Amino acid sequence: MSEHLRVDPIACSGHGLCAELFPEWIELDDWGYPIIDRGPIPEELLEHARRAAEACPKLALVVSAQRPRR
Amino acid sequence: MSLPRLLAGTRPGAPLPRTEHLAVHGPCPRADTGLMERVGAAGLRGRGGASFPTAVKLRSVAERPGQRFVLVNGAEGEPMSAKDRVLMQLAPHLVLDGALLAAEAIGASRVVVAIRDEATAALGAMRGAAAERPLGRRVAVRPVPSVYLAGEESALIRHLNGGPVKPLVVPPLPFERGLRRRPTLVLNPETFAHLALIARHGPGWFRELGTTDHTGSALVTVSGAVDLPGVQEIACGTPLGSVLDSAGGPSEPLRAVLVGGFHGTWIGAEEIPSVALDDHGLTAFGATLAAGVIVALGESACPAQELAQTMSWLAAHSAGQCGPCANGLPALAETVTAVASGAAPPDALGRLDRWSAQIVQRGACHLPDGAVRFLATGRRVFATELGEHARHGPCFACRRPTTLATQPAARSAAA
Repeated sequence: MSEHLRVDPIACSGHGLCAELFPEWIELDDWGYPIIDRGPIPEELLEHARRAAEACPKLALVVSAQRPRR
Repeated sequence: MSLPRLLAGTRPGAPLPRTEHLAVHGPCPRADTGLMERVGAAGLRGRGGASFPTAVKLRSVAERPGQRFVLVNGAEGEPMSAKDRVLMQLAPHLVLDGALLAAEAIGASRVVVAIRDEATAALGAMRGAAAERPLGRRVAVRPVPSVYLAGEESALIRHLNGGPVKPLVVPPLPFERGLRRRPTLVLNPETFAHLALIARHGPGWFRELGTTDHTGSALVTVSGAVDLPGVQEIACGTPLGSVLDSAGGPSEPLRAVLVGGFHGTWIGAEEIPSVALDDHGLTAFGATLAAGVIVALGESACPAQELAQTMSWLAAHSAGQCGPCANGLPALAETVTAVASGAAPPDALGRLDRWSAQIVQRGACHLPDGAVRFLATGRRVFATELGEHARHGPCFACRRPTTLATQPAARSAAA
């Protein structure tokens, strides 16, 4: 089962920590909100993904087996 | 039975009383277990915009345990649409038939009918119709704020559950958690009305109109540069030109047609002869029939103003919850407005491309996606006019009132 990163766009307030911690997968838009790769996260990067999710001050970022709806 | 189906026997301005409704359509059958199969065989898809297969929705709610609800989404937040309020005003019993049949089929005890509070005639007709029938006590008619996002189903449910008119992150979808956090069947009023006719006449009859892919009839709201704007019932797949002719024909030479409203698609007037109004026929233009909004833009209108003012309107109607929408729509609106007024920054087009690509599919709801589609197709169809405005500033048509209804909303989406 592959893991994906998802953001709750309502909870997210654009702190941008996630992009600092996991730049391989997350970049920021022009207003500082994360643009996240929807694809499956390779095994060797999962630790980075989990660290980014845990660091989110709004708990808006989750690593989940569920593929992002869009 | 040919057209009209939904509007059969109706008269302008007054609801069809129960006795006349029964005389026109015949008695309403009881819902049995076969209803969901018949709706599936008919190929009925939702008429609220997303064209989702109705039978799938019925089954997904019916399969959930415990208490369930039916929600008639008549919020009709799209400014250029009137078909839902017209249907509820003229044929309220047909909508109620469908809602009560669906409730019986899926085992729901209560029906809530949400109607925009400005649509007083539709509110009165639906209340009156509910009072005319024994099962009417199961129906609650609720006025909801007349704002764009009220028709977005998660925002509507959040509001009816006591919250603001603002979307929620989905999933959970309404069939999982809706009214009072219980599984809820949410359909457009027109979809319920079609369901009531399929229950009476069967799937074969339903498919006598429409195309193989987009079955049955549909209500459309035609406005803008036509002589007789209003709501019509058409067979899905009807040529756009015929629909414009039924609306009295163009009142002036046309520049373009907007199909699908504020989240819709611009199609240049030269394409009109090749446009058929069904989801398959519209695919070539990147459009869907959605909720049947058709706006004819005359050559005397200024497309740059239409785009600028509608984008500003959409930015003002964002719930402001999601960063990409709350920031991106105002940025897009300001840039288009600058282009329209001849004050565009040198990299204006690059900014529009960049921001459009950045915000799409990044909101909790589809408002930003619809705004991006509206803008992208408008930029393609009106490239000449936008270029002229960017170089020379406002044109003589810029000061005319816009065709699209972009007056400041009486209330914000935060109501």
